[in-house]
Amino acid sequence: MEHFKVRRSGTLAKRSQRTMLGFLVRRILATIPVLAMVALFVFFMLRLTPGDPAAILAGDNGEPHQIEAIREALGLNEPILTQLTIWLGNILQGDLGESFFFNKKVTELIAMRVDATLSLAIVTLIITLAVAIPLGVLAAYRHGSWVDRLVMGFSVLGFSVPIFVLGYFLIFIFSVKLNWFPVQGFKSISDGFWPFLHHLILPSLTLSVIYIALIARMTRASVIEVLNEDYIRTAYAKGLSNMVVLMRHALHNAAVPIVTITGIGVALLIGGVVVTESVYNIPGLGRLTVDAVLGRDYPTIQALILVFSCVYVVINLLIDLSYTLLDPRIRY
Amino acid sequence: MSAPEESPIALEVDSAASAAAVSRPRTVLQMLVRNPSVCFGGVVLVVMLLTALLAPFLGTIDPSNIDPIYRNKVPGTERMLRLDDGSEVPITHWMGTDMLGRDVYSRVIYGSQISLVVGLAVAILSIAVGLTIGLVSGYIRWLDGIVMRIMDGLMAIPGILLAIALMSLFNAGLGTVIFAIFIPEIPRVVRLVRSIVLSIREEPYVEAAISVGTSVPLILIRHVLPNTIAPLIVQGTYICASAILVEAILSFLGVGIPPEIPTWGNIMAEGRMLFRVFPHNLLYPGIFLAFTILAVNVLGDGLRDTLDPRMAKRLG
Repeated sequence: MEHFKVRRSGTLAKRSQRTMLGFLVRRILATIPVLAMVALFVFFMLRLTPGDPAAILAGDNGEPHQIEAIREALGLNEPILTQLTIWLGNILQGDLGESFFFNKKVTELIAMRVDATLSLAIVTLIITLAVAIPLGVLAAYRHGSWVDRLVMGFSVLGFSVPIFVLGYFLIFIFSVKLNWFPVQGFKSISDGFWPFLHHLILPSLTLSVIYIALIARMTRASVIEVLNEDYIRTAYAKGLSNMVVLMRHALHNAAVPIVTITGIGVALLIGGVVVTESVYNIPGLGRLTVDAVLGRDYPTIQALILVFSCVYVVINLLIDLSYTLLDPRIRY
Repeated sequence: MSAPEESPIALEVDSAASAAAVSRPRTVLQMLVRNPSVCFGGVVLVVMLLTALLAPFLGTIDPSNIDPIYRNKVPGTERMLRLDDGSEVPITHWMGTDMLGRDVYSRVIYGSQISLVVGLAVAILSIAVGLTIGLVSGYIRWLDGIVMRIMDGLMAIPGILLAIALMSLFNAGLGTVIFAIFIPEIPRVVRLVRSIVLSIREEPYVEAAISVGTSVPLILIRHVLPNTIAPLIVQGTYICASAILVEAILSFLGVGIPPEIPTWGNIMAEGRMLFRVFPHNLLYPGIFLAFTILAVNVLGDGLRDTLDPRMAKRLG
């Protein structure tokens, strides 16, 4: 949050608009070096490893002609700067390369699987916000009580129980023993809304736990801080109900840190998607990542890192931009 | 880790304060011992360390001893084990056996070794590297911009994803797993150290040191470094917890430590195929894993509350 200043004085509307536009432009431009750095990492990761990248990709039993074919396919015989320009040029044109393992364009592979991952992420986000924010507000309202301690305890626990442990635990109880949900698999929303949701509830629940822990904790801290403000006392003094004070006055003013941490937590969500999709056998991008790594399918791995990182950076960009809507005091 | 050892500093302060005989905690050590989170986390961690060190003496058998007759036995199964010299001893499979007839209890106990080694190694390495980069970049202006852009780029790649991708480049092994987990942790340490350096360099005592001609390395070591210790201990604890978690995830996904070495993640990866019928292969390593990470996290929270009150206040 170093990049903006809070100015409380009433500046001219025109000037503030101009500086805001300036901020928007600067903030959007600032993502370019970050994304460029990610692209450089992804490119050099393979090239700078000790040994011949083509031999690494061919695996332990790679025949010389296979290694040569890989080298040819990746253009590894070219000078490194030429390779970089070609590669960057392709990416900018939306060409993420060709998968060795699946013999398909990587963009096609991603398009085929993005549906499952997106569904999982959205359902998870809905569950997370629906649970974490009320929990956090409740803990802040009952600061120091057993409710508070329970929420905080849950939060530490949520950070500590690995997603796959939790996933199998939930499958064992709710699918194997109680038979409420299917054990594994995924149904697209085009197969009907109920089968879609039925298959997604357990995975989303699993994935949301760590995210809930993170957001509930931040909501609590942020609301506790706001509850000490004078205007909260004023709101109570004029006879508003608890609910109105907490939701309208406290939560609204505590929104910025909560939204920030939701954006930062997307990194957790992406890491979690990889694990959750493996546990629940969901054919999404996370599962594709693991398959690509197991198959040493480097073009696919590179593309997936780029895509996931771009999503992460862009979401956080949008969140930064949304502050102006959430908090009118913030002028850039 | 947090065993109440009497350090010379603590003794000195103790003797000075003994006349007053106050019940208020006087030293950092006393404060730590009185914090329930530190105690709980510290004790669990010491027990886990002892378990890992004393694994051969805790009633375990060879964790890779395969026995097809006794595969997939439920916890508590008793049987006679034939040793190499031909004699037979009675053993109990407290946590059952896996699909190759290996004793799950022994595998879980030996598995703690890998988890702790990875956790500690990643914490120490990332602190050491991050501290060096952070100190230098926080103090040398022209380097700062470049270093921070690199760190921003590294941070934009979700950590687990980067670790998984790095594993695809190397042959799986303990060293490469530690490397793959430690790289994504560096930027967080660098940012923390750099922010401390930036605030400390404005302090009057640093200005005084500059004015009497102290060299930059000496200023960094003597005046800046001590201020980073407390936050770094806290950060290191969290890194340790996250490293144990990521190691288990890598093993579980099949891209981490080779499957023949017992790690909690590997035991669970093998147990997942039959988990509907024999959940014990997932249950016991899962409990150990979750409990260890929980203990390290709780220890971190306790250390943060005692050592770094500023941060504790911010995070509530």
